[in-house]
Amino acid sequence: MNRRWWLPLILALLFLLSILLPHFGILNLYLQQVLMYVGINIILTISLNLVNGYMGEFSVGHAGFMAIGAYISSLLTVWVFPKSWGPFVFPLVLILGGLGAALAGLIVAFPSFKTRGDYLAIVTLAFNMIIKSVLENIEAIGGPRGFMGMSKLTNVAWVYVWVLITIFAIRNFVFSAYGRGILSIREDEVAAELVSVNTRQTKILAFVISSFFAGIAGGLFAHVLQFINPRSFTILKSTDVLVMVYLGGIGSIMGSILGASIYTILLELLRPLGVWRWVVGPLLLVILMVTRPRGIMGLREARWLLPAEEVQADAAVTS
Amino acid sequence: MPLLQVRGLTHYFGGLKAVANFNLDLEPGELVGIIGPNGAGKTTVFNLITGVYRPTEGQILLDGHNLVGLQPHAITNKGIARTFQTIRLFKDLSVLDNVRIACYSQVRYSPLAAFLHTQRFREEERQTREEALRLLDIFNLRRYAQAQAKNLPYGEQRRLEIARALATRPRLLLLDEPAAGMNPGEIQRLMELIQWLRREFQLTIILIEHQMRVVMGICERIQVLDFGETIAEGKPKEIQNHPRVLEAYLGKGVA
Ligand SMILES: Nc1ncnc2c1ncn2[C@@H]1O[C@H](COP(=O)(O)OP(=O)(O)OP(=O)(O)O)[C@@H](O)[C@H]1O
Ligand SMILES: [Mg+2]
Repeated sequence: MNRRWWLPLILALLFLLSILLPHFGILNLYLQQVLMYVGINIILTISLNLVNGYMGEFSVGHAGFMAIGAYISSLLTVWVFPKSWGPFVFPLVLILGGLGAALAGLIVAFPSFKTRGDYLAIVTLAFNMIIKSVLENIEAIGGPRGFMGMSKLTNVAWVYVWVLITIFAIRNFVFSAYGRGILSIREDEVAAELVSVNTRQTKILAFVISSFFAGIAGGLFAHVLQFINPRSFTILKSTDVLVMVYLGGIGSIMGSILGASIYTILLELLRPLGVWRWVVGPLLLVILMVTRPRGIMGLREARWLLPAEEVQADAAVTS
Repeated sequence: MPLLQVRGLTHYFGGLKAVANFNLDLEPGELVGIIGPNGAGKTTVFNLITGVYRPTEGQILLDGHNLVGLQPHAITNKGIARTFQTIRLFKDLSVLDNVRIACYSQVRYSPLAAFLHTQRFREEERQTREEALRLLDIFNLRRYAQAQAKNLPYGEQRRLEIARALATRPRLLLLDEPAAGMNPGEIQRLMELIQWLRREFQLTIILIEHQMRVVMGICERIQVLDFGETIAEGKPKEIQNHPRVLEAYLGKGVA
């Protein structure tokens, strides 16, 4: 009956590995760290893809949402909860950080009712810069020096779990009436309204969900590094996420998984280049936008990511 | 009571008066034609009724309720659907999705249910899919269900636009030059389809058409626009020989 019995099996197996490999020291600390960055970047990429790829807007301030999640969760684990509670409240703390970021996403959604394209890009750019300056100017949370004192609560297993949550939450959402509404905005916003899509509602949902997961990624990131400062969340960081979205492919979760993995590992390999490796991102973005704007997967989805009902029903239609 | 009442509808684009004092009373079940030369303001009338533009002046009432100022999707949900003069399908999406998107407002499940793909979600999605496929069947498009809309032949794209419009469950259907670009055989079949749909879905229809021949065939009543002004209205026969209509279409001096 269920032709996908192997999928949960593989996912569960990977979960076991994500606990066992670090535990028995088979993955050294460096590799664990790279793996966690890959996972965090997958979350960032899929969430930005919802707005930029599926909905076809051009948001360039994703790091701003990430920053909000990172700071809220860090303040909570350092100031609010006793250190010993850390591991237990960590999921809650991440979610609160995500909700904070989602609130900011709600605010950014409003200008998107009236503006599109370049203008919306400028709005999100400004948002990113405002967040950074605000953080730099609040002395209580360290200002430009940043904030520290977090325990290393993020581990490979947690990152893995949140990557799975992100993948399946957004996959499910995309394959729903709301998700199809998001697609129709990319295709033709006026026509979408005229066939009954409430595009304002849809845009709010897309921005809120997208920024929620960016906030989660920020919280995970803060608790890997155990130190955050406003400069971790600049336009350069947002550019990285853009590169991963457009490298992997717009409107594709598999694309985002590929884009984030390839780019993160590439940057790791380019470490010897020193500061010059930061040229790679923006340069790659320009090259991609000009030559392959739809990326590796471009609007196609891997079969294992399609909902089983869709696959079965589609097969029934054509037979 | 009339289904649709349009009173003193006027619209300017900057200094250009695109529609001037347009009036229309539409009884349920009527099929009315709007004709007129290029740039007469026909499409603008549709854009005003469906909320794409807000009229400079005038009233639009559906069942006696005001439509001016509502967002387009809200107007669609009150029962007005349309097609476009130049095809505006969701090109990169499947034919099935084009129709399913138009079922957007029929969905009752919450965004949370969409995340979790709950039982209720599955049930509603199954219904939506069935409804969409039923419409595709009617328009002979089911075999294209999985194809990208942009890959359909031209005539099929036109039919898909009508199918998509019907998925919103309209009472009033606005067709903007549905016969554009069709050959005489296709036009004949289209005219039969429109009449059949009208009976089957109990539709009231406004049809914009460039070619008088088409409108004359199926409309009970015709309104003629020229430079935004209504220059004539009446039965097809009356319109055919109306001096101002001939003048507008053929130029001064002919009538
Ligand atoms: N968005 C717009 N901005 C400015 N002017 C417009 C706009 N839309 C239409 N117009 C102008 O308004 C007038 C009416 O245009 P409209 O499209 O309603 O004509 P039409 O009767 O549908 O013509 P056609 O038969 O060519 O489709 C034209 O002069 C047109 O150039
Ligand atoms: Mg027109």
